[in-house]
Amino acid sequence: MLPIQLKSELFAAYPPQARSLAEAHIALMRQLPISFLPSLLREVIDYDFKFPAEQRAIDKEFALLSSFSESQIQQWFQPFASISLSQKLMELNWVDRPVQFLEQQSAYLWSTHQMDAFRKAATEYGDRLSSAVSTEPLPARRIGIAIVGQGVAAYDGPLFANLRKHGTYFEQVKPDHGVQVLLEAAAARAKAFPVPYGHWYIDGGAPAEHSPLLTSVSYQGLEQARNALLKRVDTQINRPGMGPEELRSSMAPLSPSDLGMNAAGDPVLDRFQVKLLTEGSGTQIFSTTFVQWTAREALRRAQPLTLVARFAARQRQKPMNEMLSASRGTAELDFVGSLVDADMSSYYHWLNQQRLAGADQSGFLAWFEGHGQALAIAPGLPRGTTSKTAIDLEQLLALTVS
Amino acid sequence: MSPTEKQMTLRNLKTASPREIARQLSRSRRDFLRDAAGVALGGSLLGASPFLRGEKAAKKRKVIVVTFGGGARDQETFAPEGQQNIPHLMRELIPQSSFFTQVVNQGILGHYVATASLATGVYETFNNFSTVPPEHPTVFEYFRKDLRRPPSDAWVVAPSNGFNRIGGSDCRSYGPGVSARVVLPKHLLSVAGSGSSAGYEHLLRDNYETPLHTPPIGGGEFELQQLEMILKLSVDDFMAYARTVSSPDELSMFIVKRLMQQESPSLLWVTMHDIDIAHSGAYSLYIDAIQRTDRLCAELWKTVQSEPEYAGNTTMFILPDFGRDADADAGGNGFQHHRTGDAASRTTWMMALGAGVRQGAVYDRPMQSIDLVPSLGALMGFSAAQAQGRPIAELL
Repeated sequence: MLPIQLKSELFAAYPPQARSLAEAHIALMRQLPISFLPSLLREVIDYDFKFPAEQRAIDKEFALLSSFSESQIQQWFQPFASISLSQKLMELNWVDRPVQFLEQQSAYLWSTHQMDAFRKAATEYGDRLSSAVSTEPLPARRIGIAIVGQGVAAYDGPLFANLRKHGTYFEQVKPDHGVQVLLEAAAARAKAFPVPYGHWYIDGGAPAEHSPLLTSVSYQGLEQARNALLKRVDTQINRPGMGPEELRSSMAPLSPSDLGMNAAGDPVLDRFQVKLLTEGSGTQIFSTTFVQWTAREALRRAQPLTLVARFAARQRQKPMNEMLSASRGTAELDFVGSLVDADMSSYYHWLNQQRLAGADQSGFLAWFEGHGQALAIAPGLPRGTTSKTAIDLEQLLALTVS
Repeated sequence: MSPTEKQMTLRNLKTASPREIARQLSRSRRDFLRDAAGVALGGSLLGASPFLRGEKAAKKRKVIVVTFGGGARDQETFAPEGQQNIPHLMRELIPQSSFFTQVVNQGILGHYVATASLATGVYETFNNFSTVPPEHPTVFEYFRKDLRRPPSDAWVVAPSNGFNRIGGSDCRSYGPGVSARVVLPKHLLSVAGSGSSAGYEHLLRDNYETPLHTPPIGGGEFELQQLEMILKLSVDDFMAYARTVSSPDELSMFIVKRLMQQESPSLLWVTMHDIDIAHSGAYSLYIDAIQRTDRLCAELWKTVQSEPEYAGNTTMFILPDFGRDADADAGGNGFQHHRTGDAASRTTWMMALGAGVRQGAVYDRPMQSIDLVPSLGALMGFSAAQAQGRPIAELL
């Protein structure tokens, strides 16, 4: 099927808001190239379960495109129109299953050496879109906080190496009640700037006591869902013809109830958490990866004003001799390896934060939990320097926010 | 090196074209090697071929290809901040090698299909996750058919089950009769252990691209009885050794050494894969794997020097199959994957060392990863007729 053949009844299986959105823009979508449209529908079909920031972005994109003349549409989408797809791809049900279509489209683009052209078209489209749509001023500066190294008694290696050139490295931070101080500060921001899904706390282990005003996701809190997913995968991979791509496709439509999550939960957050496990690589196995990916996805999708990411020790990778053993006892933890993971992840946390609006005014704090080393980035703080001043976390956070 | 070349910042990566980024990566490697390893820029050395050693040498020549896989970035290897992870390459191997700073992979960035492309000299386009043979003749088939070599003279050692069809193509005029023998140490281990290693950690370590899935075996895998017939190794001894190693690549290296001792193949292809643990998202494990691969490459080179069949007449090539995504690319997740097709994930390097190779030379002109097979053909005396790459002039 081609976009020109779109009609309202094709969206009957979409959730209510998504269906209304699609039906309202059929005339526009009929003009878009098939190499582009399923990417848009992937966002539309999940509209009912999107964060407010995502819904606003989709609304703005549709509003902008709907205002275009036919020649503007052609001009914006010419690079996509020049991508050729196979007849087999075009015959797929990309309206109801855009994710599966995109997986197959991706494989086709690689195999026909069109991936670079598609990538260029997508990047240019994204840049033009960002420039063309309005951005509302943030109610407060965006702040990121990474807490790394939980349980590590001592570490001699350099910390925050990737971040140091962007901020000030503090060597004498008073660590007393640090986690509590930072979470209370996040809660205070949530109270002062009450934005839905605007203030997050992600923990790689069991969450510390925190305000209900914070949107909270934890590795331990998803233990039941992780186990349910791994059990399902275990069954799936033994089926004939099952390969990595088929496995991924089989996980794509999973819902919170499929993984045993509480039906009374927050449907938007629950869907988000399911995607962390079904789309993230390694999030099911390593808690450090889980925190990194969750922070990335929360920033990309919910665009929070505050995001606290606290890393815990992940399980140790088993050597060959243990893999040969059938016994599966309690997982041993790799504290130092987890610190190295978290150090790099804190850099990615900052990078992902910098991709959002207000980056030039945002602040970031990375702290070695229980210890005196921290790195702070803020417009008012010098870059690439080290401070030996004794300071507590409350004061340091104030510098980061100022 | 200028400050701007030393640091590939978020800003300049965003604004630079892929070609500029590739060139910057290349220049960074070249300048770093000149500073740290004291090697010379190769352009001025062109003219006299080190490979012109006569027919006598050509008859005994052995070639070993090692893919430094799967996928390592510059910033964790040859960039100043990454050099601590590759001390053996830097101090021991590079001074002895000709080093090519800009090897571009323009094909599909999946490990099996990319390795198959390296082995055929053609950018293969099959599904990376399918257990199919390459569409075009492999270097092993050219080698065996043109030079009339027996099956024992071409071997592939690869860790992942997905690589079990890489020894030969389904090309009509080549194919199984002239393909390489393939050893999959992890599969061998699984068979020998009768499947006692259940659990997701095992799956994770088998196929990092998709941590939750291991591809089924199919095709001409190495049979268990060959463990004793060819490698002269009992199942018990193999299992006992396996318990002492810490990674699949270490197990592969054990098999490689046994093959060198027992079969002495003239063409030996070793695919390293530990580094692809990066797909799990654990940075420390990715770094550990780079350091391990660095050590294993040096160990292999030492073995070459100590084995009479190989010492003095072996040329070894080390090259990654491709890189990994840049931190600055919003479409990826940094080191974790190689999905964006950006310049960092496509631009790699190659070193050649040993018999006939000019030592301490650096070449920074762009070349492609598919140039390897025609170059091997030119060195070993076979015709890579269907390969689409071009012989590397600096090696001829």
